[in-house]
Amino acid sequence: MPPGEEQKRAKKKPSEDEEIDETPPKKEAKNTEDIDKLIDEIDEVLEENAEEFVRSYVQKGGQ
Amino acid sequence: MAIPKVMGIETEYGIITKGGEEYNPILASSVLINSYASPRLKRVRWDYEEETPLRDARGFEKSALEQSEDDGGLVSVILENGARYYVDHAHPEYSTPECTNARDLVIHDKAGELVLNDSLKSSVEALPPEQRIVVYKNNSDGKGNSYGCHENYLMSRDTPFPSIVRDLTGFLVSRQVFTGAGKVGVEIGSAEGVNYQISQRADFFEVEVGLETTFKRPIINTRDEPHADAEKYRRLHVIIGDANMSEISTFLKVGTTALVLAMIEDSFFTEDLTLAEPIAALRVISRDPTCKAVIALSDGRTITAVDLQWEYLGWAQKYLSAQEVDPVTQEVMNRWEQTLAALETDPMILDRQLDWVAKLSVLEAYRDRHELGWEDPRLALVDLQYHDVRDHKGLYYKLVQQGRFEQLVSAEEIRRAVSEPPEDTRAWFRGNVLKRFSSDITTASWDGIVFDVGAESLQKVPMLEPLLGTRQITEELLRSVANAGELLEAFNNRQ
Repeated sequence: MPPGEEQKRAKKKPSEDEEIDETPPKKEAKNTEDIDKLIDEIDEVLEENAEEFVRSYVQKGGQ
Repeated sequence: MAIPKVMGIETEYGIITKGGEEYNPILASSVLINSYASPRLKRVRWDYEEETPLRDARGFEKSALEQSEDDGGLVSVILENGARYYVDHAHPEYSTPECTNARDLVIHDKAGELVLNDSLKSSVEALPPEQRIVVYKNNSDGKGNSYGCHENYLMSRDTPFPSIVRDLTGFLVSRQVFTGAGKVGVEIGSAEGVNYQISQRADFFEVEVGLETTFKRPIINTRDEPHADAEKYRRLHVIIGDANMSEISTFLKVGTTALVLAMIEDSFFTEDLTLAEPIAALRVISRDPTCKAVIALSDGRTITAVDLQWEYLGWAQKYLSAQEVDPVTQEVMNRWEQTLAALETDPMILDRQLDWVAKLSVLEAYRDRHELGWEDPRLALVDLQYHDVRDHKGLYYKLVQQGRFEQLVSAEEIRRAVSEPPEDTRAWFRGNVLKRFSSDITTASWDGIVFDVGAESLQKVPMLEPLLGTRQITEELLRSVANAGELLEAFNNRQ
């Protein structure tokens, strides 16, 4: 039997079946209130000379 | 009935030295591993005898001409958690011990990051004061050089390889929507307007099936090196994945793939889900962060990557409906479904779950703040910095520390896995024998340990069954012996 029916059911489940949503991904809008803090932290850890550093990051190919 | 999917992940880390004289990457990798491993662990050598990386699953062996010289004499240690930590292709590589489920594998994959981070700290003493080594858990240098994060799955030898190729290819090509680690830019061909890709690795795959891993990389790799009883098993070597920082990406990556492989083993698929052009599809999907692009199936239908994943999920639901489902598999199913539903609504709502979405979200915020164009090198640097394994420097860890990234396992579980092997595979025996009897062991590998207890000849304890050597089976035996000689005697008496 082709699983077409099954798949349609699968697709609907997230909205229809509450039980299965025990650990839903958090769906609130992007958390922007302290995004500034994050950007500040990024600036603290980034290398000063981005262009030079990015250029010098060269790896030997692996698997 | 499909056999248990024993699995592991091997990750090649990117490596650089900063300050002072530049080390070549092999030397830097060696310094890292040597300064981490205790002398007790270093004296046990890796046993290369059973390695056959050139044997092809399609039934032939390649000439040894290309056998790399890289491996000979390089640093390779086995850790007390049953993992292997070594230098491979000019990168430090961490191979997790064998695990039986996706959750344990997430823990051991993350433990690898801790081992690398601990190594960086201990390497400071071995380096001149101005010099530092830095490593990144990513897959590309942004200049066309890639290094891998491979998954390994135990499969029955009875499964015809062509059925793996037929039923797995479309799955591997489309799963990047949740396994991708994200990347700024394009490294192959021209791609106007593509600033960001879902996958680190998609640019580097050129053929559908093949033995190579360092060039002409194939979607399905045919390396036939089971590290187990070759009559019964094969080890499917999946080379297409990105190295993930996100626990959820890793969990979904190995959990869903193991399920699809079990279905293949049970000949469960009766529908043709093959792709018309797998390599082209791989890139189309990677280069569309909206997840709306369509690819062609062999039968002429067109479908999005997310919808193709819905098809596989539908099959998995049907497959599992006829059997008892363990809690980890149930969580894989739940998260798989929730993730696809979210990707369909708006991928960006997964910025606390998936690497490629989290990274894109950070990049967008950074661009906004500093008003940068996508070509600005600072964005490539943010991309790289996401993968830095130092917990005070890596941007993934920054997100975790700020409560911006969902985690699946606890920090305690990860720390514990640095020294404790999984209990339900042969890794338990490997790790514990190493803890107790390292001075009596000469070499070890995935599938055996060689002892020298002063007898006339060395004695090998074969471990060809990945599900033997568990805590349940061997703990009592190990407890009852006072030394390695007694252990070997007990084994000999058993046979």
